[in-house]
Amino acid sequence: MNRVTLTVVAAALLALPAIAQQPQSQQAPAAAGAPASAQQRNDGAASDSHGFVSATRFGQRDGASLYAATCAGCHMPDGRGAAGAGRYPALAGNPTLEAAAYPASIVLNGLRGMPGFANQMDDAQVAAVVNYVRTNLGNRFTADPATPDDVKALRQ
Amino acid sequence: MYQAMTALGVSAASTYTGPIRLDGDPKGASVLILGAGVAGMVAAMELRKAGYRVQVLEYREKAGGRAWTLRGGDRYTELGGATQEIRFDEGQYFNPGPWRIPYNHQGILDYAHRLNVALEPFIQVNHNAMVHGTRAFGGRPKRYREVMSDYHGGIAELLAKSTRQGKLDGMVTKEDGEILIESLRSFGALDRDLNYTKNVLTSDRRGFEKDPGGGLNARPVPSEPMSLKDVLASRGWAYLASGALYEFQMTMFQPVGGMDMIAQAMARECGDMIQYNRKVVGIQQDERGVTVAFEETGRPGQVQQARADYCLATIPLSILSQLEMNVSGPMAAAIQAVPYAASVKVGLQMKRRFWEQDEHIYAGISYTDLPIRMIQYPAHGYGSRGKGVLLGAYAFGPYAYEFTALPPEERVRRAVEWGAQIHPQYREEFDTGASVGWHRVPWALGCNGMWTDATRAEHYDNLCALDNRILLAGEHASYIPAWQEGAVLSALDAVSRLHRRVVSA
Repeated sequence: MNRVTLTVVAAALLALPAIAQQPQSQQAPAAAGAPASAQQRNDGAASDSHGFVSATRFGQRDGASLYAATCAGCHMPDGRGAAGAGRYPALAGNPTLEAAAYPASIVLNGLRGMPGFANQMDDAQVAAVVNYVRTNLGNRFTADPATPDDVKALRQ
Repeated sequence: MYQAMTALGVSAASTYTGPIRLDGDPKGASVLILGAGVAGMVAAMELRKAGYRVQVLEYREKAGGRAWTLRGGDRYTELGGATQEIRFDEGQYFNPGPWRIPYNHQGILDYAHRLNVALEPFIQVNHNAMVHGTRAFGGRPKRYREVMSDYHGGIAELLAKSTRQGKLDGMVTKEDGEILIESLRSFGALDRDLNYTKNVLTSDRRGFEKDPGGGLNARPVPSEPMSLKDVLASRGWAYLASGALYEFQMTMFQPVGGMDMIAQAMARECGDMIQYNRKVVGIQQDERGVTVAFEETGRPGQVQQARADYCLATIPLSILSQLEMNVSGPMAAAIQAVPYAASVKVGLQMKRRFWEQDEHIYAGISYTDLPIRMIQYPAHGYGSRGKGVLLGAYAFGPYAYEFTALPPEERVRRAVEWGAQIHPQYREEFDTGASVGWHRVPWALGCNGMWTDATRAEHYDNLCALDNRILLAGEHASYIPAWQEGAVLSALDAVSRLHRRVVSA
């Protein structure tokens, strides 16, 4: 936990662009929390009751919530991706998700324009979101789910 | 943060030294520029002036790229299809991208001056704005001046007393120690006994319980400072360094009417060099030139071609990395190596300027640890009886991802709900809003290129080098990421190097 927290702080310092001038507090995640009414509106699969808890790390623990808070921003809530001047690939029905190590590596380290989440999610969170994507959105890769230890081994 | 970023060399000053001179005959050479953002248009203007034949392909229906302003009547469809009809009043606007220009960004300022774009002061630091912590002072915001004065006063008192008590012996001489104490009294508003305490001296910094007035009953009543212990625990001090950063020191500027005024002026200057609604799908160079494949908006799959002797691609790497292009291995690797930041902004139109009328906050920024991270008050239209547009959220990192993943109207709703913790007037006065999560912007796919020391060492020079007939420019090809100045300087450097190649060929 301490290692993760320290890594998170270091990464936040490294990763923030110059335009982000607000100093990042190094305290434990603030109890900012979503307003109660916001939490009540989002019960169910896309629950964010642990959302918006920290400027430097994600608070969600289960795969569905992590997907809704992170992946869905680009790959969309239904996993179908999107296209503009460039595109975000569909995760729905995506055969490259069969081996958990591939999506786990991308979630950790990023790929091309996609940032990695190594410093914003712990091993269990990465495993949870990877397994969610592999077994939802039309994907049925239930064999060999990613474990936190697998993720730990993939960290660079 | 500042120290960390300076160590990384990302807060460097502009190296702009005035308008470039591209002397020598380009002998009719042609350049195809991809992207009509600030970098692409700067390059187009300078190359045309030097005698090149220039053509610019732009994905959008208008120029500017990320230098973008939303006004009433605008319509914005983000990736995923959600469309926002912007309903701000006449004269109101919201800058989803760049919104301020440091005085030391001389390149973009010079283009604004040369193109007769009117500028006005942007207020970065407002001592009467708020500093808010959800767990500090019962969640009640404090004024910036109170936090700053009490923080400075508290640490000045500690250090001055330590010095007087000889605890710094060996670190400062006796003579220097006396000067240090004198300076700390000045710095922190300490009294003769080196106390930071309730009196007129400290209230002249932090503000009064009752301000000085005129006539009878005019005598001011000093205010009670917060204890250093409380100020430290509040973490409000974390926001004080912002205005001390080189990039945020006063004076800062904004174009009158919205940040895109500069880009619009550039677009007028470029005129018909720019072809709009062109989506680039491939870039191929050969021994004699570069062929760019593109599709027109509304005609997907019908690939057309444009050709020139050289190609300057200013397309963000988030998009360029997906295109087929035959560049060298090192440049290809560099294009693939830069992730794009999450960032979100929310603009909120309020029915009246309550921050001015109720709280005497004229422009500037309030800070909070809530996910909205800040509220910025408009630096124009002071005292107007009409509406005003606040920047109601500006976040990076996890909060930005989480905001981006929400539908646009939900981002606005939450910004209103969170902002109401700082300004309860939000509940009555909120009128209409707009939100932009930069990962969902169709022509950017992210806020800016995020470099690290390691990726810069391995890839930056390869990204910027002229690769036979192709070269790149944009904020991603600069040490001033996410700023228009980075785009300007990178474009000027690119066209200068290209021109040297052409005239020496």
